[in-house]
Amino acid sequence: MPIHAAGRAPLPRITAPGRARHASCCPGFPQPETLRLETLAPLKLRGAIEFVGVSKRFGATTAVSALDLRIPAGTYCCLLGPSGCGKTTTLRMLAGHEQASDGDILLDNTNVTGLPPARRGTAMMFQSYALFPHLSCLDNVAFSLRMQGVPKPERHARAADMLALVEMDSYAARLPAQLSGGQQQRVALARALVTNPAALLLDEPLSALDPFLRGRVRAELKRFQQRLGISFVHVTHSQDEALALADWVVLMKDGRIEQQGTAMALFDRPRTAFVARFLGGHNVLALPQGQVAVRADRTRLAEGGGYPATLRALEYTGTGFSLSLADATGEELGVLLDEAALAAHPLTPGDQVALTWDAADERPLDPA
Amino acid sequence: MPLALVLALFFVLPLLATAVVSLWDYTEYSLVPDVTARNYREMFEGCASFTLCTTFRTYLSTLKLCLLVWMFTLTIGFTVAYFLAFMVRTETMRTVLFLLCTAPFLTSNVIRMISWIPLLGREGVANRALKSLGIVSQPVEWLLFSEFSVVLAFVHLYTLFVTVPVFNSLMRIDRRLLEAARDAGATGWQTLWHVVVPLAKPGIVIGSIFVIVLVMGDFVTIGVMGGQQIASVGKVIQVQMSYLQFPAAAAQAMVLLALVLGMIVALTKLVDIRREL
Repeated sequence: MPIHAAGRAPLPRITAPGRARHASCCPGFPQPETLRLETLAPLKLRGAIEFVGVSKRFGATTAVSALDLRIPAGTYCCLLGPSGCGKTTTLRMLAGHEQASDGDILLDNTNVTGLPPARRGTAMMFQSYALFPHLSCLDNVAFSLRMQGVPKPERHARAADMLALVEMDSYAARLPAQLSGGQQQRVALARALVTNPAALLLDEPLSALDPFLRGRVRAELKRFQQRLGISFVHVTHSQDEALALADWVVLMKDGRIEQQGTAMALFDRPRTAFVARFLGGHNVLALPQGQVAVRADRTRLAEGGGYPATLRALEYTGTGFSLSLADATGEELGVLLDEAALAAHPLTPGDQVALTWDAADERPLDPA
Repeated sequence: MPLALVLALFFVLPLLATAVVSLWDYTEYSLVPDVTARNYREMFEGCASFTLCTTFRTYLSTLKLCLLVWMFTLTIGFTVAYFLAFMVRTETMRTVLFLLCTAPFLTSNVIRMISWIPLLGREGVANRALKSLGIVSQPVEWLLFSEFSVVLAFVHLYTLFVTVPVFNSLMRIDRRLLEAARDAGATGWQTLWHVVVPLAKPGIVIGSIFVIVLVMGDFVTIGVMGGQQIASVGKVIQVQMSYLQFPAAAAQAMVLLALVLGMIVALTKLVDIRREL
């Protein structure tokens, strides 16, 4: 889905979040000034998000505890973590679908903690999209405008522009059930963007798609985010997704932030064994001086002595072989090996091997 | 095949017989096999003039009752279904409340109807309460054997026929849709009107069909609760049958059938029920 060139740029006009903007209807309709924004104004980054000591308790259980998080405007942020880590609750509190038990949530320096969802300047794209099954694509996209009381011709024109932006204009009259998963995802994106939010909140947006489509849609989401200059907050349990997309990764565990940073920083310097294991591609090794992480692609098989391990399985990956190993404690380890190296030293599962690495690649881990 | 046979024997055959008999002639004491339009002609005799003929007035009275009952059962039935589907939090509680709704069905229709009489009669519970509270000095006459009592009994009897299909439709609504509506800035009423009601349409239509069919063909409830004073098509057919005017009754039944079928077809145009079931 290539983005349209500047000539046809149906980008909505920037307005205060949640304000209905239909004052100038209808004789002068359509409203071309809303469509030329890109050529008139430099893109102003929006969607600076701040969580200040935010907690969420459901009865006796604490889903999110004392969360502090700052996301600069125009950031693609991924909330990453295993299920039950509080990432979805965090997103829903930002969206206004859950009330924070404690703390404040700020969006572009406005405290939105107590505001209803539509008054926050956020829009949510739901898991499996939650398109209204009885409405056509056009009416789905126009739904929020209709709720604001925007007259029909204007809301349909704006919805059609949004559908054109996601290249779904030729499907405007279809019902959601007549669309493929990828098409539904685009309509859901158009529906979320039609209110011109400062922050788009995505709850596992790619989980309903097949792996091939997932990669393409991922790239599209990133392009939209950069083009619109707003923040995307994307909840996922897939570290691939987070590493590929995010300017800022927030890895959560048990309702707390385990580590946050750029994708590269996280992958290069995992703070704890949990982070190293969750991101994958790391070996967590118990050395006399404490636990360290070494990236799997920096771990080698030793010629002489080294860290002892047992080969469990080896898999051909196309670019080489991926070895699954286990050390004395049963910790799973991985090593990548090219064909030539394996041909020189044939291995079969069950073999005892020794691992080595450069001292510079050792990353000491905080004790859990 | 056995099912088709059952249908043919107990549904198609009687219907055909009715259609055939509606074309027969009759005298005071005999039925005359014939092909005549007499029964239909007599039914609509005088209907071309400006004053309403008996048949039209009867149909109007029946339709009016039907409309009233439909409105009330739909409103109450939808509200109850909405409460059960969206407001009750636990599955157990929902089951318990649902069973509670069906409890009146343990007694027969007629008993449930008749039990209103001591409540609404001139010296009934309602009138005594009103008098002792000083709201009225004379007993209220329209409580019983009136259109009011007929509609009340119908609503009491048939609301569940709306509640059940609507509840079924509501339970199928993805709860995330309600959240998506809220996210789009819809108020509670907007969500109800633009999301819940359209998605409950199949249930609403099915419930409406139940109510319309039951009320249009009724003569017992209207008879008992209306004190045999209120005209309805079902009542007309019953009276004609009791005078052994079978061909006239059959013709009346055919017209009623056509009308009700027309109403159902119109309703099903609103929603594709086959797809929803």
